[in-house]
Amino acid sequence: MAQPILVVIEHGARGINPASWEVITAGQALGEALGLPVEAVVLEGVEADTVCSQVATRQLAGVRHAVHSGLVPYTPETQVQALVQVITAAAPVYVLFPHTYQARDYVPQLATRMARGLISDATGFRVESGRVVLTRQMFQGKLAADVVFAGETPHFVSFQIGAFRGDKAVLTTAPAPIEKVSVAPSPPLLQPGEPFQEAKQAVDLSKADLIVSVGRGIKEPKNLDLVRELAQVLGAELAASRPICDSGWLPMDRQIGSSGQTVSPKLYLAVGISGAIQHLVGMKGARTIVAINKDPEAPIFEVADYGVVGNLFEVVPALIEEIKKRKG
Amino acid sequence: MKILVCLKQVPAKDAPIKVAAGEMWIREDVTYEVNEPDAYALEEALRQKEAHGGEVVALTVGPARAAQVLREALAKGADRAVHVEGEAAAQLDCFATAEAIARAIPGEHFDLIFTGLQSDDYGFAQVGVVLAELLGLPHATIIMHLEPTATGIRVKRELEGGYFQNVDLPTPAVLTIQSGISKLRYATLMGIKAAKSKPLTRHSLEEMGVTPRLNRQTITRLYVPARSKKTEMLTGTAKEVAAQLVEHLKNDARVL
Repeated sequence: MAQPILVVIEHGARGINPASWEVITAGQALGEALGLPVEAVVLEGVEADTVCSQVATRQLAGVRHAVHSGLVPYTPETQVQALVQVITAAAPVYVLFPHTYQARDYVPQLATRMARGLISDATGFRVESGRVVLTRQMFQGKLAADVVFAGETPHFVSFQIGAFRGDKAVLTTAPAPIEKVSVAPSPPLLQPGEPFQEAKQAVDLSKADLIVSVGRGIKEPKNLDLVRELAQVLGAELAASRPICDSGWLPMDRQIGSSGQTVSPKLYLAVGISGAIQHLVGMKGARTIVAINKDPEAPIFEVADYGVVGNLFEVVPALIEEIKKRKG
Repeated sequence: MKILVCLKQVPAKDAPIKVAAGEMWIREDVTYEVNEPDAYALEEALRQKEAHGGEVVALTVGPARAAQVLREALAKGADRAVHVEGEAAAQLDCFATAEAIARAIPGEHFDLIFTGLQSDDYGFAQVGVVLAELLGLPHATIIMHLEPTATGIRVKRELEGGYFQNVDLPTPAVLTIQSGISKLRYATLMGIKAAKSKPLTRHSLEEMGVTPRLNRQTITRLYVPARSKKTEMLTGTAKEVAAQLVEHLKNDARVL
């Protein structure tokens, strides 16, 4: 039996994390490139049996369902112990994860416990002369790197959210066999509480067609009136990158990015936003992206359809005037 | 509480990053600054010391130039600094970096060890968690709040999509700190003066046996990413650019 590629599914109280489908797509592609079977791993959790059945509708050699009551709620300790047992039994070549907050919490520990390395936040891969080369962004997306593993398998990889398309995972009409696997994690030292939201989420930016988003380039909170006016004449919602919300210049429910909301509006107009990876994962699915930034090297221009390298304090007023002319 | 803060020196945010000849690293003729999440980690450590007493030790793994982040940390209020120094530091991966830290601190009994959530250069988000495993300590990540309890600490973890979670854990523990946990302080003139007489210990990476040969991954090539998207850059005066953009929004994007 060939050594498999394992895809670890992330799920919780709010269901299967959609990034898990993306990693199945990645795993299937890697499996095809290397001629290896792909299996999914589901750790015990809320409605795990349902999760396994849903996962089994994708073309996989099998689904391993690791069962133990100690796995709920999630802690890095129990997750790592359970996966060490599953991985030791499966002897995979690659173990794949989505690069979520939870993966950041435990996968580096898992890899280190198994004396292996983790290439995290990879954006893709290719196979060259039988060797798998992963690609990563570096320096906040300004450069890219080809990275390879040194040392023995299993190799651990986490893929960036959105690097693969979840809807491109190959389905099957004959569901993959689901195997219950017993694991035995010790009780954890961590005592986690229930997830909660802080402020009332007054605005659901994921429903907005048009978004004007502001970043550090705005310099001071009093300058926000300028982007507020731009949003108003466009009929758009106002959003912001993380630093603006951290500073309290706009409320947290306006934040776009991995810690805030993920949006895919018809128009995303980024004003004074550099385009850090944590921000891009929240908006790169927008249909039309416009970026205004004084730095020609800003990574936001990598995802923009239209870019303006210029002083936003000149460009935005001119834009407001032009829109008023065209509309009114 | 005795707190270790691990800081990294990275190229400044707006520094133009260019690939060096050989395509394995960047040209080093850029300005450097402290990695932003690490600055927040230091700020949190200083606040904890101010509230509950104790000692803050700043540590960096880096070449000679990285001493700058330690001097700044001392000027802001750290009590001592440790420089794990070597020119090969920039070529160490997250495992080797964590190993270097682990080898530099035996005998010290820290109640808490902080790292920033991730570095702005590599962005792996691993060193803190790897370090926790190497030291056999519990850990929690993406921390936005911390307070001592009778049995250890309670932290507030940031989750995705605007959710948070409180976690209780015992000390000693390793925490990775999220940017925005608080507001960063500036070093005062008095602080800068006082920093000069605070202890700064040096360890040599080579003497500790930490080299890139410990790496579990290797960068084979560094390059400017191929543009997957065709970006149309609009040029001209502000008025001209505005007119062009509105044309596109109306006729191509059809959002006006």
